[in-house]
Amino acid sequence: MTKQVQQLDRVIIRFAGDSGDGMQLTGDRFTAGTAEFGNDLSTLPNFPAEIRAPAGTLPGVSSFQLHFADHDILTPGDAPNVLVAMNPAALKANLGDLPRGADVIANTDEFTKRNLQKVGYDANPLEDGSLAEWRVHPVPLTSLTVKALEDFDISKKDAERAKNMFALGLLSWLYHRPTEATISFLETKFAKKPDIAKANIAAFTAGWNYGETTESFSVSYEVKPAQLPPGVYRNISGNQALAYGLIAASVQSKLPLFLGSYPITPASDILHELSKHKRFGIRTFQAEDEIAGVGAALGASFGGALGVTTTSGPGVALKAETVGLAVTTELPLIVVDVQRAGPSTGMPTKTEQTDLLMAMYGRNGESPLPVVAAMSPSDCFDAAVEAARLAVKYRTPVMLLSDGYLANGSEPWKVPSAAELPDISVPFATEPNDGEAFLPFKRDPETLARPWAVPGTAGLEHRIGGIEKADGTGNISYDPDNHDRMVRLRQAKIDGIAKDIPALEVDDPDGDARVLVLGWGSTYGPIAAAVRRIRKSGGKVAQAHLRHLNPLPANTGEVLKSYDKVLLPEINLGQLALLLRARFLVDIISYNRVRGLPFKAEELAGVIQDVIDSE
Amino acid sequence: MSELLNGRGLSLVPKSDAKQTMKDYKSDQEVRWCPGCGDYAILAAVQSFVPELGLKRENMVFVSGIGCSSRFPYYMNTYGFHSIHGRAPAIATGLATSRPDLSVWVITGDGDSLSIGGNHLIHALRRNVNLNILLFNNRIYGLTKGQYSPTSEVGKITKSTPMGSLDKPFNPISLALGAEASFVARTIDSDRKHLQSVLREAAEHNGTSLVEIYQNCNIFNDGAFDQLKDPEQRDDITLRLEHGQPIVSASKAVRRSADGGIEVVDRASVREEEILVHDAHRADPSLAFALSRLDEPAFEHVPIGIFRSVDRPSYDEQMAAQLEEAVAQRGPGSLDDLLLAGDTWRIG
Repeated sequence: MTKQVQQLDRVIIRFAGDSGDGMQLTGDRFTAGTAEFGNDLSTLPNFPAEIRAPAGTLPGVSSFQLHFADHDILTPGDAPNVLVAMNPAALKANLGDLPRGADVIANTDEFTKRNLQKVGYDANPLEDGSLAEWRVHPVPLTSLTVKALEDFDISKKDAERAKNMFALGLLSWLYHRPTEATISFLETKFAKKPDIAKANIAAFTAGWNYGETTESFSVSYEVKPAQLPPGVYRNISGNQALAYGLIAASVQSKLPLFLGSYPITPASDILHELSKHKRFGIRTFQAEDEIAGVGAALGASFGGALGVTTTSGPGVALKAETVGLAVTTELPLIVVDVQRAGPSTGMPTKTEQTDLLMAMYGRNGESPLPVVAAMSPSDCFDAAVEAARLAVKYRTPVMLLSDGYLANGSEPWKVPSAAELPDISVPFATEPNDGEAFLPFKRDPETLARPWAVPGTAGLEHRIGGIEKADGTGNISYDPDNHDRMVRLRQAKIDGIAKDIPALEVDDPDGDARVLVLGWGSTYGPIAAAVRRIRKSGGKVAQAHLRHLNPLPANTGEVLKSYDKVLLPEINLGQLALLLRARFLVDIISYNRVRGLPFKAEELAGVIQDVIDSE
Repeated sequence: MSELLNGRGLSLVPKSDAKQTMKDYKSDQEVRWCPGCGDYAILAAVQSFVPELGLKRENMVFVSGIGCSSRFPYYMNTYGFHSIHGRAPAIATGLATSRPDLSVWVITGDGDSLSIGGNHLIHALRRNVNLNILLFNNRIYGLTKGQYSPTSEVGKITKSTPMGSLDKPFNPISLALGAEASFVARTIDSDRKHLQSVLREAAEHNGTSLVEIYQNCNIFNDGAFDQLKDPEQRDDITLRLEHGQPIVSASKAVRRSADGGIEVVDRASVREEEILVHDAHRADPSLAFALSRLDEPAFEHVPIGIFRSVDRPSYDEQMAAQLEEAVAQRGPGSLDDLLLAGDTWRIG
């Protein structure tokens, strides 16, 4: 039987199952195959915080969404074209996102009376006609897998566990994905258990063959490779890119990296990644708590290292006092906040942009610091290098904002060569700077940075601390006018960074848009995708995205004032809007949703169109 | 004579060629403790002893938290970091771990190290980072003007406890031994010779040294350690801990008790061979812990000296070894290789 092959320009697949079903691994492997094939792609893992929620329940559903295309894309996609539902809970939890007409591949073996009841289905939706508007492909994934593995000397349980590889094989056939990388991946992953490796490969192959032979799939699909700028690419998640950015910053600043960190979702993977790269001279210190993590990083900075701490919102709250100490002692420090849904513990595995005001102001006293935000998974690399550049050049703590969506999402990344990266090294102080004397708070007239004199440097012995310091000498001072001066100097130093960062660029192809959509952080993808939709349908809209939130690019006010309307979508209740309104007296139109999920392009396109229509 | 098993705590710190004096270590800052404060005696003892170590002055760092004692770094003409409440051990951990060529000292008090910073203290001790922690114990909050501290005796009447404090105090020595610190000692501000001898051992110990220094606050808790200073009774109360020597005071001796513990008895009533001989190097800290309990509840007999001094690899040297091992196995890191590792593909 020759099957029909249909060409598509893009596809969105969502793998969904129990948190023990291996959906993240399945998604990762499909992504690797897709990357290898040369499609552009974007991924969105979505999983519960519980390691193993009760099997078969709605809270236990874990999913992985992948958007791939023959052109450059910006988001993991709004609505899946295909849902792979490994059990009734996965179907129920995800059906609401599935447009009518989409494909559903359901593992019928798991649609038992008991499993249906667990999630409140009175009747089997695969049989009662309630899914008539979708294209349902019932596949007994578990029993087909077990049957395919009959001849293997493994337990039934291990055979059943390979069902995700059967599903991966089926989907790989359906979308013409290359298979070699997955096979070699399985060989490596289970190198110590060759039986399991062979069984998983057999399940994967069986899934592929099932697609080829079964009549329930009459069509397979091709998505041609995307035309991306020439170069060497790899797929990378935000946390990995951020870790690599920190390593690059260490190399490019010629400073040993010291990471002080305490495990916290969704930032822990940065600690895991950095701990693997000791041959770069990286010291990773898993501290007793968040406070010790940042304290040790600051102590290392005092000693001349590139001190970094990585955390999420609750950890930033705990670190605040030490960050204030870094502000007043004027030492370099990078504080990475991989934002998650709050307040308090909130929803640890869900994303949000709600820490901006904490990053800006969450310390006692006037304690300004630069705030830098990454806008896509791979951009976490550049954002980390930029945060380090500012930290060492201006001797200041820098807040580097990522979020759960960027941290776990992935996209192809055009790998830079080390030679393309900026040299961000700065000299330590080695000589007295005031005749015979050394003044630890005598500033560089250009940057207002103080000298960085590290212990071990003869003649520059000095004491620093949290008590207010006399301008120049750094000695304890309670003088009122000195305090006023120091407060203003610290502010002026940070404000002055505006001269050292790029202007805010506006994307306005025809130059005649009257509405500007502004964003920051991880909303870049959905906003840019929405802007494309508007333009495709003939609408006019300008887009700008902020990397530096403090200080803002020098032209920010000018940009905001040159449009009739400024729309600012944020996954918070309007934190950047509050700052911009206060600073520039511009009547920003906020669009805010705080659902723990990224915006959808379609949703934002609607919002933008409404603003254009109200002109 | 050194009691140390392991005297390599300063082995990586560069030595000074020039002869140093106490004057070299005095900063130009005016000392601002209350007149009569025990901190003066400790400062003078430190300033006059550190030249003996013969280290490059620029390779010494004093890190402190918050409290009266934490002003200490300002008065030392070395590098210094007066940080925030309770966090000095954490900051010093980052510094010492990344800079094995420094002699790092933490100056802290009973509130700073045992209340707000208790967590950092115990974790520094268990990790065994190469630090010297000087815990000035005056059993009161001084800088906040006289509240009871985590080492104040039960029933302490203070501004915050007008009817007496309720919580049982920490014994810093017991706490440190419980955390399996590799070097634990107690000394007193008024006995400069003993103080300096303990500090010398602490400095040369590789790993975290915890030195509790009884320190008189003459404003808010005057006379807290008077029994130990009173010529009439001090020699009877003070049990000197010296490695290899019987544990005795002028009139008392320590021996094993019938129930398996230890007890203090009249020295005249026991034979010499019954007296417990101090072994600071015992791997098992339980006997040192038993010694640390002898001053409970009310300073009837107080052991002074080095309770424990054992050899255990320090955290920083082990971390440095892991870095060296990683380089030895796979060579130094290359950024280009790192970025291109794993699955890549080429376009164009």
